[in-house]
Amino acid sequence: MNYRAPLRTVRHYGAAEHGTGHWIAQRVSAVALIPLTLWFTAALLYTVFTANYTGAIAWIGRPWNTLALVLLVGAVFYHSQLGWQVIVEDYVQGFWAKTAIIMAIKLVSLLVAAAAILAVLRVAFGG
Amino acid sequence: MNAIDRPRSPDLQVWKWHLTMVLSITHRASGMLLAAGSGALAFWLICAALGPDQYAIAQAFFRSPVGVALLMLWSWSLFFHLCNGVRHLFWDAVKGYELPTAFASAWAVLVVSSALTIISWAFGFLVVGGAS
Repeated sequence: MNYRAPLRTVRHYGAAEHGTGHWIAQRVSAVALIPLTLWFTAALLYTVFTANYTGAIAWIGRPWNTLALVLLVGAVFYHSQLGWQVIVEDYVQGFWAKTAIIMAIKLVSLLVAAAAILAVLRVAFGG
Repeated sequence: MNAIDRPRSPDLQVWKWHLTMVLSITHRASGMLLAAGSGALAFWLICAALGPDQYAIAQAFFRSPVGVALLMLWSWSLFFHLCNGVRHLFWDAVKGYELPTAFASAWAVLVVSSALTIISWAFGFLVVGGAS
């Protein structure tokens, strides 16, 4: 057993050991967003943008659209908060400011994503 | 806890402006714009769930001049971030790092993302006749 603390720990220069997980999560969500965003853009152009309320509700409520919208919202906000985290880590100085801002971004992203997903499900299943 | 003198990310003003660095910062800027756009997506979905009156508010906003301008900005941001994101995925696979390739792919990203934006809006206005 090694009782000596590594110098990186003493001086706080070491990696947090979470970088790889973040990096992979960003790539996986990016790949998921390629088909989802292309589908959504095409759908906006073809149907949603011209649809009235009844048409939009019917479109959201179709099973495949409901599924894709839930996945889209989830992937978008997950990917977005990962990106914001990197920006804050790059440009915000100071441990507490950085931690507080990243935590706020993650919690607000979760709140808005959950509200949007709930909205999709409410339209799909009636409420 | 004292602030630690860690190495910092390069500040923008120390960089000489060239195409690949412009795309790098634009990738980040377009990502930030898209975060606002995803807020608009949530707003639209929540309005749809709330009822016809609230949906009309969202509809009116997205069809106003400001709304259409924002949608244009978000659509270009989306296509740019998408194309440049694919470029990043190739880099992650250790492909395309050579300077001539990196500059060629930068031009390709600019041309393809702009073309997709223009085609989408032309299709929207001319074929579907939506944004009127």
